[in-house]
Amino acid sequence: MSPFSYARPTAVQEAVQLAGPHARFIAGGTNLIDLMKENVERPQRLIDITGLPLHEVADTVDGGLLIGALVSNSDLAWHPRVQHDYPLLAQAILAGASPQLRNMATTGGNLLQRTRCLYFYDTATPCNKREPGSGCSARQGLNRNHAILGASEHCIATHPSDMCVALAALQAQVHVAGPQGARQIAFADFHRLPGDQPQRDNVLADNELITAIELPAEGFAAHSHYLKVRDRESYAFALVSVAAALDIDGHVIRQARIALGGVAHKPWRNPDAEAVLIGKPATAANFRLAADLLLDGADGQGRNNFKIPLARQAVVRALTDAAQAMEAA
Amino acid sequence: MTTTPAADGDELFALHTLRLNINGEQRRIQVHAWTTLLDMLREQLQLTGSKKGCDHGQCGACTVLLDGKRINSCLTLAVMHDGAELTTIEGVADGEALHPLQRAFIKHDAFQCGYCTPGQICSALAMAGENHAHSRADIREQMSGNLCRCGAYNNILDAIEDALPACRGELETSAPALGKRGSAA
Ligand SMILES: Cc1cc2nc3c(=O)[nH]c(=O)nc-3n(C[C@H](O)[C@H](O)[C@H](O)COP(=O)(O)OP(=O)(O)OC[C@H]3O[C@@H](n4cnc5c(N)ncnc54)[C@H](O)[C@@H]3O)c2cc1C
Ligand code: SF4
Ligand code: FES
Ligand code: FES
Repeated sequence: MSPFSYARPTAVQEAVQLAGPHARFIAGGTNLIDLMKENVERPQRLIDITGLPLHEVADTVDGGLLIGALVSNSDLAWHPRVQHDYPLLAQAILAGASPQLRNMATTGGNLLQRTRCLYFYDTATPCNKREPGSGCSARQGLNRNHAILGASEHCIATHPSDMCVALAALQAQVHVAGPQGARQIAFADFHRLPGDQPQRDNVLADNELITAIELPAEGFAAHSHYLKVRDRESYAFALVSVAAALDIDGHVIRQARIALGGVAHKPWRNPDAEAVLIGKPATAANFRLAADLLLDGADGQGRNNFKIPLARQAVVRALTDAAQAMEAA
Repeated sequence: MTTTPAADGDELFALHTLRLNINGEQRRIQVHAWTTLLDMLREQLQLTGSKKGCDHGQCGACTVLLDGKRINSCLTLAVMHDGAELTTIEGVADGEALHPLQRAFIKHDAFQCGYCTPGQICSALAMAGENHAHSRADIREQMSGNLCRCGAYNNILDAIEDALPACRGELETSAPALGKRGSAA
């Protein structure tokens, strides 16, 4: 690690004032310290935000949940309201990393974790995300874990989070504070596709801080399922994951949400794939229709072509499990 | 925490003085900002029970209890934990009396080289306090953050399953290091 100065502000505005292009906020540290050890990140100043008052989970007036950016992934997953009203989120968090890491990792940090692309970590190789303009080693290289949707010629990386896939399906809002004040960003607009600026994972500015994540009241508790497919049964990133949530009235689907993880630079949704299920019965045939729409335009990079049929089948299975979730519970 | 600038006044090389309770003992220690908790324990305090397997959060050999919660000490900076309470493998036994988990590891022959063992035991100790493991399958999943290159998994699982009731009993009566401060506020 290169030397850096260290500050521990106690107020959000103070933290934001200390921020800048050569500074980094540190929360759980589970991603940032890893990247600093590899010299991928070399901040001159670390702003330890763990002293900020962002550790609470609170009910909102309209029945939703406001989750402080510093709430640990474990505390969130086991929070009684999350267990009861947002089981999709609890399942997604508990499918990620390990108990030790989840005790350290924070809600805000999870959104901002960087890709696990091997070349992004290897400073001896070209990588447009790490060093804009240097090229993308993954396109002709080891791209088994890479994107099948929304990639560009400049970057084919995926966003590795599990939690974010559930937050996308639940249509969370990201609360942000900056020197100019606070703003809210819809989850779908938070992460970006690589385009010709793969160095930018999301729409946050250098001096903006995530303060909270807000969940709407609708948690699809009766019919949701998080399915994660990986190389080993636990403690591994997703090859493909699916957050599926249904609102079912008798035998008819009233509302559907499907988000895919491990396939793109952000959790992947497509309104057409969800709309096609509305008013229809929860059958495998209809789920296959939704899966085809969600994977519309999917393109393999060579070593990851298997992800296309895998994702299609995973969507059908996750929706099937979601439809049956209540009967099993 | 107090911060002492480097001799030439360069704030990058400043030393930070921390107060930590380690295995029940109050300690005062100076660290650079980039010192990980694991390096502080091993290099500065000679508490070499916590192991460095990967140094990247991927193996669990460095697992310690921070304010009662299990964490990977290789992925956190010491400077961030002024005032914290730490339990390492050196603090698990009660003097010469081994902890039930330690006894179970011996009884079930739950190691070969032993390199992962301190992390396994610290992790299992915290898992008992979390109280979310209610079956053998739960233990397997909730211990997945601790790898064993020797593949002693079956015996590790036997040992933990055997010791879990005793750990819980111990937690109910007295728990010097476990879960006292709860989540950091
Ligand atoms: C071995 C291993 C396995 C893992 N497996 C999984 C997995 O299977 N699934 C999964 O989803 N994740 C996995 N992870 C990733 C883990 O979930 C993330 O590293 C973690 O969520 C990041 O949170 P943190 O608080 O530690 O972030 P930090 O490392 O502290 O920060 C990450 C980034 O976010 C910024 N930041 C942090 N908080 C804020 C804030 N409030 N506002 C603005 N910027 C902020 C930091 O500046 C930094 O750039 C794994 C990690 C490891 C090491
Ligand atoms: S896929 Fe993106 S992160 Fe990976 S090498 Fe290419 S540019 Fe870098
Ligand atoms: S040494 Fe910390 S997890 Fe491997
Ligand atoms: S006993 Fe050798 S690594 Fe586990």
